Amino acid sequence: MVKLIDIFKKNFQADILDSHEQQGNETIVVSPERLHDVLGFAKNDPETLLNALMDLCAVDYLGQGPRFEVVYHLYSTSKNHRLRIKTRVPEENPKVKTCVDLWKSADWFEREAWDMLGIVFEGHPNLKRLLLFDGFEGHPLRKDYKINRRQKIPEPLERP
Amino acid sequence: MRLKVESKKMSSVVENNFLTTKLSELVAWGRKNSLWPLPFGTACCAIEFMGAVDSVFDISRFGAELVRFSPRQADLLLVLGTINYKQAPVLKKVYEQMTEPKWVVAVGSCATCGGFYDNYSVLQGIDEVIPVDVYVPGCPPRPESILLAIVRLQEKICKEAVGEKPELYIYKPHSVRK
Repeated sequence: MVKLIDIFKKNFQADILDSHEQQGNETIVVSPERLHDVLGFAKNDPETLLNALMDLCAVDYLGQGPRFEVVYHLYSTSKNHRLRIKTRVPEENPKVKTCVDLWKSADWFEREAWDMLGIVFEGHPNLKRLLLFDGFEGHPLRKDYKINRRQKIPEPLERP
Repeated sequence: MRLKVESKKMSSVVENNFLTTKLSELVAWGRKNSLWPLPFGTACCAIEFMGAVDSVFDISRFGAELVRFSPRQADLLLVLGTINYKQAPVLKKVYEQMTEPKWVVAVGSCATCGGFYDNYSVLQGIDEVIPVDVYVPGCPPRPESILLAIVRLQEKICKEAVGEKPELYIYKPHSVRK
């Protein structure tokens, strides 16, 4: 059985910055510029057919550069294999191209990542807060967000 | 008791069958023994309240068993559980929609001070949004604590009716008690 990592390495050569595998869990790391192409390939290539985006999340590596990591968990319903794709974005410009055009489920995942960690997804149709209220300041899952920081209490919503 | 059969004058009937009291005290007495709670249950404390309503603890012994789910029909707001920032305006609106006179009991650590949710999303006590009459400590408090809160609130209603300040109860652990 051919490994997913090898398929991607064959097609993207140097754009696969890093890869590792443990217990059959395969992970590849790509640059944010090439991410969308890799995701598009992963979804549509007949060998991989990773047609389901199971999860999209972000990680804060405070003190490391680039600071944020965006993680995509993909699954193929026809081939029953999984792949994790990671990319690192810097603190001053945490931008990734959206993948809502590939998976509809990315819509809320990306909104959550923006809400909690402030990752910007370019081209997202409606990038606004998902879990928190509109007046919330900051991104609470960032590790430099003070635990005892308090927000302004929102006003009651008026009926439209 | 055997009733004497005799022709009574009207005046004696009136004398023996009337109590005199202040109107404010009478009204307060009626209010305190017929509190209608609105359970604003958001977390596990609501389950404790259900325990207080059941046949074992029986909140109806205190006249407070008519649980209402409309703010228009309730005069006691029981906040049972965690209130976060997103929910604060909803709680405020429910409180404002309740008709006067109204009272509020904050049940459990979350409603009183945020509990162990010292984080970005949870309101650190509902008294940031609405006034509170009685605070119930505990995580979760036992149903008896909720009953005690109602008794304390009844004391408060009585005292306020005659213009006294209600007593301030502060919990003391056994080691400190005399």
